[in-house]
Amino acid sequence: MASSGQVEQLESGRVSKEQLDTNFSDLHPEFDAHEAAVAADRCYFCYDAPCVTACPTSIDIPLFIRQISTDMPLASAKTIFDQNILGGMCARVCPTETLCEEACVREAAEGKPVEIGRLQRYATDVSMRADHHPYTRAANTGKRIAVVGAGPAGLAAAHRLAMLGNDVDIFDAGAKPGGLNEFGIAAYKATDNFAQEEVEWLLQIGGIELHSGKALGKDFTLTDLGSSHDATFIGIGLESVRNLSLDNENLSNVENAVDFISRLRQSSDFSKVSVGSNVVVIGGGMTAIDAAVQSKLLGAEEVTLVYRGSQTKMPASQYEQEIAKSKGVRFIFNAKPISIKGSVAIEHIEFEQAMPKPAANKNFVLETDHILKAIGQLLTEDSQYLEIEGSKIKVNSLLETSLENVWAGGDCVSAGDDLTVTAVAQGRDAAENIHSKLMGEG
Amino acid sequence: MADLTSNFCGISSPNPFWLASAPPTDKEYNVRRAFEAGWGGVVWKTLGSEGPPIVNVNGPRYGAIWGADRRLLGLNNIELITDRSLEINLEEMARIKRDFPDRALIASVMVPCEEQHWKDIVPRIAETGVDGFELNFGCPHGMSERGMGSAVGQVPEYIEMVTRWCKESTDLPIIVKLTPNITNIIYPATAAKDGGADAVSLINTISSIVSVDLDDMAPNPTIDGKGTAGGYCGPAVKPIALNMVAQIARTAETQGLPISGIGGVTTWRDAAEFLALGAGNVQVCTAAMTYGFGIIKEMTAGLSGWMDEKGYSSVDAIVGRAVPNVTDWQYLNLNYTAKARIDQDSCISCGRCYAACEDTSHQAIAMSDDRVFTVKDDECVACNLCVNVCPVDNCITMEQISAGELDERTGQPVAAEYGNWTQHPNNPMSKAAE
Ligand SMILES: Cc1cc2nc3c(=O)[nH]c(=O)nc-3n(C[C@H](O)[C@H](O)[C@H](O)COP(=O)(O)OP(=O)(O)OC[C@H]3O[C@@H](n4cnc5c(N)ncnc54)[C@H](O)[C@@H]3O)c2cc1C
Ligand SMILES: Cc1cc2nc3c(=O)[nH]c(=O)nc-3n(C[C@H](O)[C@H](O)[C@H](O)COP(=O)(O)O)c2cc1C
Ligand code: SF4
Ligand code: SF4
Ligand code: SF4
Repeated sequence: MASSGQVEQLESGRVSKEQLDTNFSDLHPEFDAHEAAVAADRCYFCYDAPCVTACPTSIDIPLFIRQISTDMPLASAKTIFDQNILGGMCARVCPTETLCEEACVREAAEGKPVEIGRLQRYATDVSMRADHHPYTRAANTGKRIAVVGAGPAGLAAAHRLAMLGNDVDIFDAGAKPGGLNEFGIAAYKATDNFAQEEVEWLLQIGGIELHSGKALGKDFTLTDLGSSHDATFIGIGLESVRNLSLDNENLSNVENAVDFISRLRQSSDFSKVSVGSNVVVIGGGMTAIDAAVQSKLLGAEEVTLVYRGSQTKMPASQYEQEIAKSKGVRFIFNAKPISIKGSVAIEHIEFEQAMPKPAANKNFVLETDHILKAIGQLLTEDSQYLEIEGSKIKVNSLLETSLENVWAGGDCVSAGDDLTVTAVAQGRDAAENIHSKLMGEG
Repeated sequence: MADLTSNFCGISSPNPFWLASAPPTDKEYNVRRAFEAGWGGVVWKTLGSEGPPIVNVNGPRYGAIWGADRRLLGLNNIELITDRSLEINLEEMARIKRDFPDRALIASVMVPCEEQHWKDIVPRIAETGVDGFELNFGCPHGMSERGMGSAVGQVPEYIEMVTRWCKESTDLPIIVKLTPNITNIIYPATAAKDGGADAVSLINTISSIVSVDLDDMAPNPTIDGKGTAGGYCGPAVKPIALNMVAQIARTAETQGLPISGIGGVTTWRDAAEFLALGAGNVQVCTAAMTYGFGIIKEMTAGLSGWMDEKGYSSVDAIVGRAVPNVTDWQYLNLNYTAKARIDQDSCISCGRCYAACEDTSHQAIAMSDDRVFTVKDDECVACNLCVNVCPVDNCITMEQISAGELDERTGQPVAAEYGNWTQHPNNPMSKAAE
């Protein structure tokens, strides 16, 4: 994650430490055993369950829930990890309201789905606290595979490859592994340094060597990897941030939302994280929502989220929007920024509001001392070797890129949604495909 | 407002809800509170002989099974009869009867199977002013090892003999409490009747082991590493109790004998079911032990509300109303035909009916690619399994096929006339087969 230094004129410590602790506490605290049993009991053990189909990693949900009911949380966690080795993080960050829980038959029946995410968290937390890694490695295959990127996609790929008996080198440009789990996910979704603990737990399988601070394109090339390793998996996410392409975009306090979130996530003391008093967030996805909510939680007085489309078009789910509203974030729809004004630091921003008849469009101005841009991330693509589709790496259904022996998955590829769980699914599937290809050859 | 007053074998009470002989009726303090809460009667915790009282264990005496959210479904206990002295019990009973003259107070008794024991104690208890006696031939643990409780209740001759001794000792009504731990409830019930009993009450608890502690490898409740069989009661035993009550109500030998229905009565509805199957009143233990005495308000209000709705003016108007409709399998109408019907509007597409029918029944439910579930009339035998496993109320119902209409499964029209197994051509004993 490109680091931006502390933004000078912004203030930190807008609310008390106690208030910050409350504001950034766990969004969905862990169930205790009894709560889990009660929640588990609501599952109908559906035939050919629709929730499983809706999970990008196809976890056998009725089975893991039944294992909670019968007081076997470790076996339950194993059912989850078999499909999704980052089941712990996914339990915290998956937008379940648009995935498994949306498909749950009890959602259709009574608008109150089985709490699959929280049950998943219960089982995986119990298991990870038990501190024994539930997998062992198959006999060594003699193959060595390079994984570029230690985000969810890379980690899932590395774990599966190691489990199948391969040796793995993970190269990551950042100082810490985890990708957006570490730098991007909202603080109140992954509390207590969970992202790092999960990586450590995952690496316990053995056979994986992590090389931090090593960037593809800078420290090595795909050609290098081609000669040093039997295969390569790329899971480099989307590193660049889209710009508004307006004049004055480089005024102070015009910040990328991902950078703002990253400095928040990397801070051990939220009272030191600075934020404006009148924040304008531009964008409509999860990043925009998280930036807006967390600005508010840090003590910004006014937070306005401006999205260029209508409310229904907004990529962030209804549930995410509700969270933001409940925290006091104001929403403006159908408005796009047209100019930024200020001398050294940002002072105000002008928008054009779209009306049903374009002739009636009108402009308005928002006073602001902090703009957060969240209009999407882009692949940092300096690779002239890989074929691109849209603005992402092109892969086929086996997650193979246009290059021989190079696979890719996660946010950087053109397939699937930009979600942690999708990255895990693709990392896992690419690993299986790499393994069968290598074994077929060997 | 329906009249809930009850007259059970000559004993009157303001409502048909009595507390069964058990911890809720163990002493004056409890019984006073129970009557203040509104219970119609109390069967005092079983009294034993004069002299040093029996002792209970000092470790856990209950085990349980639970449903969702730890709802208690079945309770098991290894408690014995009263562990307080006869004198104190009798003093307390006399005070209670004096202060609550309109409530039913019944003395439960269990003494060794010798004539003198019974003939001594019964008149002595009668002096307290009790309204009647209940002979405890039911307790399945502890007391039976000493030749009492279910050890008597399992031998019809003893029941008849002891009942007769008691009848000779008092003019008050004698109720014989029956154990379900027998092969056929009609034998002990007939014996009680032959001995002159005014009524029977049932069921006492069922011999059981509720669960095993898999760490200690011992039955629950575990006392110093060992466990023993206890008596099972609560909602889980209601179906067994209902059947036994119905059998007594409809068998020629025992028909007309008043029955006090016991076993899993938890709500007004349970009580109404016992009454419908022939019980003259009901007794409650586990429900009171689970929720306290306050449930009586739900029970009386529920029963009288339902009676008003249905136009039943008195408890007696309900008693036994369902008995004529309890029959033997061989008399069920085999020509009656139904098919399962799925209401697509309320179906939530969980697929449980499909899994149940496809894996374990008649492969009579079809599942489409988009998860629409429909019944195949040419396979459905109307077994009702899908209805029972469906999580949505009234989503699957059984629809009768009218006479003359085609039953797609058999390819035959449904017969209009009644036809049972005794008349069926496949029955070698049937007249029709001749
Ligand atoms: C603010 C924000 C909030 C989000 N919230 C949610 C959420 O709540 N739920 C959800 O499901 N998803 C959420 N997402 C999306 C989710 O985080 C991503 O879909 C997921 O992390 C993608 O995983 P990945 O492994 O493909 O990429 P990343 O997580 O981006 O990891 C990529 C890794 O590759 C490394 N890397 C990059 N370039 C190079 C290079 N050249 N050489 C070596 N290493 C390199 C990076 O350092 C990083 O560690 C959010 C995203 C953002 C930005
Ligand atoms: C702890 C306990 C002690 C009991 N003690 C007696 C007893 O002393 N005498 C008796 O006749 N029945 C005794 N019973 C049986 C109850 O009176 C009653 O028959 C049985 O519990 C079934 O009713 P229920 O399902 O409402 O609990 C006892 C039951 C329990 C749970
Ligand atoms: S859809 Fe809901 S009820 Fe059915 S199996 Fe999945 S979680 Fe359970
Ligand atoms: S009634 Fe029985 S046979 Fe008919 S559909 Fe239901 S489960 Fe199948
Ligand atoms: S069990 Fe009931 S709700 Fe579920 S699919 Fe069948 S009919 Fe529908």
